[in-house]
Amino acid sequence: MTDTSQDTPQSAGAPTPPPAKGLMGRFLQATELDTRLLGMLGALALIWIGFHMYGALVNGFGAFLTPRNLWNLSVQTSSIGIMACGMVLVIVTRHIDLSVGSVLGFCAIVMGVTQVWFLPQLVGLEHWSIWIIAVIVGLITGTIVGAFHGYMIAYMQIPAFIVTLGGLLVWRGAAFLVARGETISPVDSTFRLLGGTPEGAVGATGSWIVGIIGVAVVVSLVFAGRKQREKHGFAQRPMWADSFIALISGAAVIGAVMLVNAYPWPRGVVRRYAEAEGITIPEGGLFISHGFAIPVLILLAVAIAMTLLMSRTRFGRYVYAIGGNPEAAALAGINTKWMTVKIFALMGFLTGLSASVASARLGSATNALGTLDELYVIAAAVIGGTSLAGGVGTIYGAILGAFVMQSLQTGMVLIGFDAAIQQVVVGSVLVLAVYLDNLYRRASK
Amino acid sequence: MSASKQIDRTGTPLVDMRDICISFGGVHAVDHVSVDLYPGEVVGLLGHNGAGKSTLIKILSGAYGKDSGDIYVNGEKVTINSPRDARAHNIETIYQTLALADNLDAASNLFLGRELVSSIGFVDDDAMEAETRKIMARLNPNFKKFKDPVSALSGGQRQSVAIARAVYFNARILIMDEPTAALGPHETQMVSELIQQLKADGIGIFLISHDIHDVMELCDRASVMKNGKLVGTVDVDDVTDDDLLGMIILGKHPSEA
Ligand SMILES: Nc1ncnc2c1ncn2[C@@H]1O[C@H](COP(=O)(O)OP(=O)(O)O)[C@@H](O)[C@H]1O
Ligand SMILES: [Mg+2]
Repeated sequence: MTDTSQDTPQSAGAPTPPPAKGLMGRFLQATELDTRLLGMLGALALIWIGFHMYGALVNGFGAFLTPRNLWNLSVQTSSIGIMACGMVLVIVTRHIDLSVGSVLGFCAIVMGVTQVWFLPQLVGLEHWSIWIIAVIVGLITGTIVGAFHGYMIAYMQIPAFIVTLGGLLVWRGAAFLVARGETISPVDSTFRLLGGTPEGAVGATGSWIVGIIGVAVVVSLVFAGRKQREKHGFAQRPMWADSFIALISGAAVIGAVMLVNAYPWPRGVVRRYAEAEGITIPEGGLFISHGFAIPVLILLAVAIAMTLLMSRTRFGRYVYAIGGNPEAAALAGINTKWMTVKIFALMGFLTGLSASVASARLGSATNALGTLDELYVIAAAVIGGTSLAGGVGTIYGAILGAFVMQSLQTGMVLIGFDAAIQQVVVGSVLVLAVYLDNLYRRASK
Repeated sequence: MSASKQIDRTGTPLVDMRDICISFGGVHAVDHVSVDLYPGEVVGLLGHNGAGKSTLIKILSGAYGKDSGDIYVNGEKVTINSPRDARAHNIETIYQTLALADNLDAASNLFLGRELVSSIGFVDDDAMEAETRKIMARLNPNFKKFKDPVSALSGGQRQSVAIARAVYFNARILIMDEPTAALGPHETQMVSELIQQLKADGIGIFLISHDIHDVMELCDRASVMKNGKLVGTVDVDDVTDDDLLGMIILGKHPSEA
């Protein structure tokens, strides 16, 4: 059969899209860059430069665009960013998870009890295995809680909003009950590294290794893509466009490495380190780079794994299909109920991971940990372009969304806005972002 | 006009649905209905809206579980509990709603649930697009929007994606639920030609349609349903348009007249 559109008939080969107008249009078409991604990067740049300029002009010191602040920003974003990756799947399949903050608190307490009350009696204080067991316990706890939520949503047909609203109260209360409201500390010292302290970062050499691997991966991905297109006889992107993408991405990776390496350990930490290692500190002081913080690398690993999951596996394809048309997905033989259980279990797993990072950063476990996180996580996903109507959303978008949220928060703290104003601004930005997203979608139809 | 004289109904039918029943909260949507289908045959399913046609074929395609009755494929009794089971018996369906995920592109929809994967288990989008281009070149040579989500396609283009999905996987038994409802005359003609071609390949087709003229032209036999019950099955060469109309509206078998 055929459609009666006015297109001239053409053999089934590579289609030639109509030439775009203007330099920018042609550039975007050649590179096939996602305009939404560019928009979000632009918004983020605007926020960063805005806060920096404001600080420079009003307070006489621009504190935002400094290695120190950006490094801290990356660490602070990790916990929300990890959970936002899971929230994308939940929202894409037309559900919601209001419980992640409370589940985070519950996982943190369970981990705290495991590593502070139980394990030291079993294997001895500061035993090498403690942090591993604690993290595994946290991951399992989160996964089971998430799977249980998913089961109630899929098989008992209780709306996700209700199940996780209930979960918001239940798990916060449970976190209190497990430890009778006590703060559990101190956590294992190796476990603490997960939170991103000066020691909880991989240093200059480690960061260069990460960076070089990153550049190699980016470049090989671009050229593997060319080969693949050639194999199937599809239209190639112009060589300059592919090279441009490889170059820019590579430069961004190198830039990030140089940035985190430009932030030295504070003097106190250096002194302690020098004493422990028996080094004498030279005249001008000792410059030891932080490098990438471990939680940031965890976020990076999660982002890569989740991006692969969503774009390269059947599971990811089914997540989008269910979001686009649940009935069609079921008719295509996809077990949509079991998928829902798996999606919520994955959300729980990532919440457990995030709980490790958050509690390591705090150095203790409290039952209030993660309070209001659900709102930041949902906001990050939504600002990152995940549609509450389902079917649409990306991992990189959610992480950028988390960065936007955290940048606003951090920026306002830096320039001295108080908490009340911060709430007003963050809340307004969320609403504005969704409105702009609507406009964008309508315009690109 | 029809080719029913050539249909050999002495062997085992491709599909034999016997005494099928299903009800939804007291409504007998399908009430003791039996239909069968032979290789190379097109059987039309006729009836008013709500007669139970879609529900009957959704039992065959695995979307609904029947309350009672038996299904035989090639003479063997089968259990069809899910769309996967139906597909495993080479039963393919073009649903009335098309059942497309609007946010995915044509290739992702065509292969939904049966993705081509690489050796490491990743979905191979390029291979799927290449296959989609091949089948579309045959079914709808004007189709070019391979990168767009199907929400960006016209009604006819969406329909061709749904048809391509059913045809691509070498169906032995094809169910078409009002495949021309959203199409213009030219596209409808193309579907007719496709049906003739598939029929010549020995595929059995259940064709649900509102259009008596279509049924008279394309089908070998017609089964008419009313209020969930089977009014009767007739050889289209033995009846007139008016006979069929009488069956649909009055629920009266022509032999009773
Ligand atoms: N999932 C369902 N739940 C409840 N009732 C249904 C469902 N599917 C079909 N029905 C009912 O079954 C009857 C037959 O519908 P259907 O098979 O769609 O008719 P047709 O395709 O012949 O127009 C109708 O009364 C319809 O309301
Ligand atoms: Mg129908």
